[in-house]
Amino acid sequence: MEGLNELAFVLGGVNHWITVFLIMAGLYIIVSRSNMIKKLVGLSIFQTSVYLLYVSPGKIIGGTAPIISDDFTVYSNPLPHVLILTAIVVGVATLALGLALVIRINEAYGSIEEDDVYSGEDWN
Amino acid sequence: MEFLFNLILLLFLAAVTIGIIGVRNLFAVVVLSGAYSFLMATLLIAMDAVDVGMTEAAVGAGVSTVLLLSALHLTNTEEAPAKHSNVLPMALALLTGAALVYGTWDLPRYGDPDTPMNSYVGDEYLERSIPETTIPNVVTSVLASYRGYDTLGETAVIFTAGIGVLMLLYGRRRKGDDDEGGDRS
Amino acid sequence: MRGHLILRVVSKILIPFLLMFALYVQFHGDFGPGGGFQAGVIVAAAFVLYALIFGLRAMQKIISPALLEIAVPLGVLIYAGVGVYTWILGGNFLDYNMLDSHDPSHGQHLGVLLVEAGVLLTVSSTMLLIFYTFAGRGR
Repeated sequence: MEGLNELAFVLGGVNHWITVFLIMAGLYIIVSRSNMIKKLVGLSIFQTSVYLLYVSPGKIIGGTAPIISDDFTVYSNPLPHVLILTAIVVGVATLALGLALVIRINEAYGSIEEDDVYSGEDWN
Repeated sequence: MEFLFNLILLLFLAAVTIGIIGVRNLFAVVVLSGAYSFLMATLLIAMDAVDVGMTEAAVGAGVSTVLLLSALHLTNTEEAPAKHSNVLPMALALLTGAALVYGTWDLPRYGDPDTPMNSYVGDEYLERSIPETTIPNVVTSVLASYRGYDTLGETAVIFTAGIGVLMLLYGRRRKGDDDEGGDRS
Repeated sequence: MRGHLILRVVSKILIPFLLMFALYVQFHGDFGPGGGFQAGVIVAAAFVLYALIFGLRAMQKIISPALLEIAVPLGVLIYAGVGVYTWILGGNFLDYNMLDSHDPSHGQHLGVLLVEAGVLLTVSSTMLLIFYTFAGRGR
C-alpha cells in the first residue's frame, strides 16, 4: 500500500501535464492554422482539456461514481461533473454556431481559409 | 490499476491530438476528433464521471462529428498549405504551456481525497442529497435541484444557439432559390 | 443510401432500441447515470441516423421543422414554468419542495422530472433542428 501511494504521487502529476499539453495543442491549432474548420476542431480540443482540468481533481482513488448506494462509502466529487456536464452541451451548441458562421463565410468568400478571406477584402 | 488505465488513455489522447495537428485532410481531422471524443469519454468514465462520459460520447463523438461532416460537405475538405511560419504560434503555445506546468506544481496530485476541492462543498452535496431530495444520483440532484438556476440558464443558451444557427442558415432559403446556387463554389 | 440493404435493415432494427434507451436514460436519471441532456442527445442521434439512411425528406415527414421550432422554446418554457409555478405556490423560484404538499421529497422528484423533460425537449429538438439546417443547406 505504501509503494502504491508513492507511485500515486509520481503519476499524479501526469493528468495535469497531459491537460496542459491539450491546452497547448488547442491553442497552437487556433493560432497557427488558417483553415476555419481546423480552428474549430482546435477550439473543441481546448474545450475538452478544460473538462479534464475540472474532472480529474475531483476523482478520489478507490472512490466510485457519485450515485449513493449502501454498498459504497467513498464517492468522487460530484460538483465538477455537474459543471462540465452543462459545459459539454453548451460546447456543441457553440460549435454548431461556429460552423454555421463558417458555412456563411464560405458562401460569401468562396473559401474557408482565413488568409483568402482577408486578402479578398479591402481593408482601409 | 486505476492509474495505469488512466495513464494509457491519457497517452492515447495525446497521440490523437498530435495526429489532429499534423493531418491536412479535414475529413481525417474530423474522424480523429471523433476518436478523441471517445477516448475522452472513456477517460471521464474512468474518473468516475459517468454522466459526463455518457454526454461526451453522445455529443462529442456523435452530434459534433455529424455537424462537422455536414459542414465539410458544404465547404472544402482539404486544408490549404500554411503560408505563415509556425514559429510564433509554437513559441506562444510553449510559453503558455510552461506557465501552466509551473502552475501545476502547487496543485494536489491526482486522486487525493484530502484536497480543498474534495473536502467542503462536494462532501456537503453527497451528504445532503439523500435526506433533502431522496435522489441517489448526486449529479442529477445537484444539476436539476440545487443548481437549477444554472441549468435553466444553460437550456436558454442552447435555445439561443439554435436560434442563432437558424438565423444564419435558414433565412435565405425561404426567400427563393434564385440566388442559392450562384455564389457557392 | 437506397442501395445499402444492410445499413437500412440494421438501422431500422436499431432505432427503436436507441429511442427506448434514451427514454431509459431520461427516466432513470435520478437513480443511475443519465438525465435530460444525455437523453436529448441520444434522441437526436437516433433521428439523425434515420435521416442519414433514409434521407432528410423522409425524416422531415415524421418531424417537420415547424414542429421543432415550437418544441425548442417549449422546453425552456416548461423549465421556467416550473419555477414560476413554485413561485405561485409560495416558495422560491425552482423550489421543488412546494410541488407536493404532503411529502417534500415527492415534490423534489416531480420537479426534477418536469425540469428534465424540459431539458430533453429543448436539447433534442435544437440538435435535430441544427442538423436539419446544415443538411438542408446542401441541396
